Amino acid sequence: MSSQDIPEENLPAEQGHAHGAVDVADEQNPFADPGLPPHEHRIQDIDERAAKRSERTVAFLFTLSMLATVGFIASYVTIPPDRSIFVFPIGHISALNFALGLTLGAALFCIGAGAVHWARTLMSDVEVADERHPIQASPEVRAKVFADFKEGATESALGRRKLIRNTMFGALALFPLSGVVLLRDLGPLPEDKMRHTAWSKGKLLVNMNTNQPLRASDVAVGSLTFVKPEGLEETDEEFQNEIAKAAVMIVRLQPDDIKDKQELEWSHDGIVAYSKICTHVGCPISLYEQQTHHVLCPCHQSTFDLSDGARVIFGPAGHALPQLRIGVNPEGYLEALGDFAEPVGPAFWERG
Amino acid sequence: MKKLSARRRHPLAAVVVLLLALAATGGLYAAFAPASKAQADETSQSLAIDEGKKLYAVGCASCHGTGGQGSSDGPSLVGVGAAAVDFQVGTGRMPAATSQGPQVVKKKNIYSQAQIDQLATYIASLGAGPNVPTSAQYGPEGADIAKGGELFRTNCAQCHNFTGKGGALTEGKFAPDLEGVDPKHIYEAMQTGPQNMPSFPDTTLSEQNKKDIIAYLNAVNSDETVNPGGLELGGLGPVSEGLFAWIFGLGALVAVAVWVAARTAKAKKS
Repeated sequence: MSSQDIPEENLPAEQGHAHGAVDVADEQNPFADPGLPPHEHRIQDIDERAAKRSERTVAFLFTLSMLATVGFIASYVTIPPDRSIFVFPIGHISALNFALGLTLGAALFCIGAGAVHWARTLMSDVEVADERHPIQASPEVRAKVFADFKEGATESALGRRKLIRNTMFGALALFPLSGVVLLRDLGPLPEDKMRHTAWSKGKLLVNMNTNQPLRASDVAVGSLTFVKPEGLEETDEEFQNEIAKAAVMIVRLQPDDIKDKQELEWSHDGIVAYSKICTHVGCPISLYEQQTHHVLCPCHQSTFDLSDGARVIFGPAGHALPQLRIGVNPEGYLEALGDFAEPVGPAFWERG
Repeated sequence: MKKLSARRRHPLAAVVVLLLALAATGGLYAAFAPASKAQADETSQSLAIDEGKKLYAVGCASCHGTGGQGSSDGPSLVGVGAAAVDFQVGTGRMPAATSQGPQVVKKKNIYSQAQIDQLATYIASLGAGPNVPTSAQYGPEGADIAKGGELFRTNCAQCHNFTGKGGALTEGKFAPDLEGVDPKHIYEAMQTGPQNMPSFPDTTLSEQNKKDIIAYLNAVNSDETVNPGGLELGGLGPVSEGLFAWIFGLGALVAVAVWVAARTAKAKKS
């Protein structure tokens, strides 16, 4: 149906056709502003039955949303959290999650769809043009504002009462200091915390799987073991902060395969202990390849060679992984011979 | 005694002696039977070694050397143990078609379990190593799934991902997906450390720990896994989930917006 088919008396009152001046293109000005196109009616503007139909559609969508919200509450109350159902093609999923997601999604979607349909079919769609105008105020207004300002300056006597002026400047200048002082709450400064870990001389290497000290004879060539310093328990309040720095991986190489002299000195019979924290941005890395002795960081692919002092052989890391110097005590247990010689993890300003 | 001696010439004496002799033989046989069974075991063992040696000569010797001593194409097999053979041959990784490429991948196993056992027996005879685990060692009985999850995240997740979906390593190598892998093979892989995977011997990761890990994998990465969160999207974590949300979620929103705006509400179509 088009507007031509509608009898004249059914059409609503004509909107003003010309919004602003319409130039006519001629020889001098071939790109003249054609002005806004004339307004066209929607079927809902013309046909009351169509308008009613749109109204019912919008109301239906809003009602559907209400029902979906009721359904959300009902499924929250009635469905036990551990019930699982099979939904094609997703598979076995939690019935509660599925019902909550579906009803919440439907409730929100129907509100949006109803609002869009309402705006597009029933709300006024008459084009409104707001012509641009100069930003500058009129000369009279400008003159009045300047005069008012001058008068205000004179009346406040700011220029004459210098004591008031200076103390006011002082008050305004000092006030932001309270905000600056509050910045102290960002501290205290880390001091030398970044240079020290929970490792120290004589601390046994405790296997994180068994929570038992690790013997040198337990560690096979080609194996990978994670250890924590003796005395650090997972139940400790500071455990996460401490293990973030003290995490260590133990691997055993053939002593002949170790190329770096210091690594060999700091190892025990081919057993080497390296920090598990990447020196790039501190991701935990332990993607150890036992044939190549490479350790890969999953975050940015920095690769370290554990047979050559954990030298960086690929990727953005700036330092070799710090090595923990280990030995074996008279009972055969592995022990640290001190803390890491350098800070573990990413570099920082004062690291040097 | 006198009475007995007096009757030694009785017509039934021979029968009695015969019966006693038979009973003694039977008793002696019963007493020594296990020993002779062990004898039989040893025979079958050496038979298996012989059979395994023949299989080895055909399928393995070209790379690993005639006596398992290794060559430039393959490592020495002395001391790798029966578990390593059962894993490598049972998953079809060995015999490898070629030693080229980043790593040897799983393929169809061409040996029967009996042949694998013979090969394993032969290799185990070259030097002591981990044995093939029994189903009691990797079965689900007595396993702690939650503890297994912790152990998996500590020891395995760095390469195999949080639910064992696998991940990339350096230069084309990768940690494989653990879904559908025989629990026995998972156990053997932890024991022996195939290819670039480090080993996790019983001294650092106990038998119970391994059992827990296998039970965890069965709970999160198998046919029976229930996934309360809905689509698992490969189980690879935030990358695939973000990709899905950006492409399909935002894509659907863009498509709806385009559809709404493309349809004019005007009565007269222009």
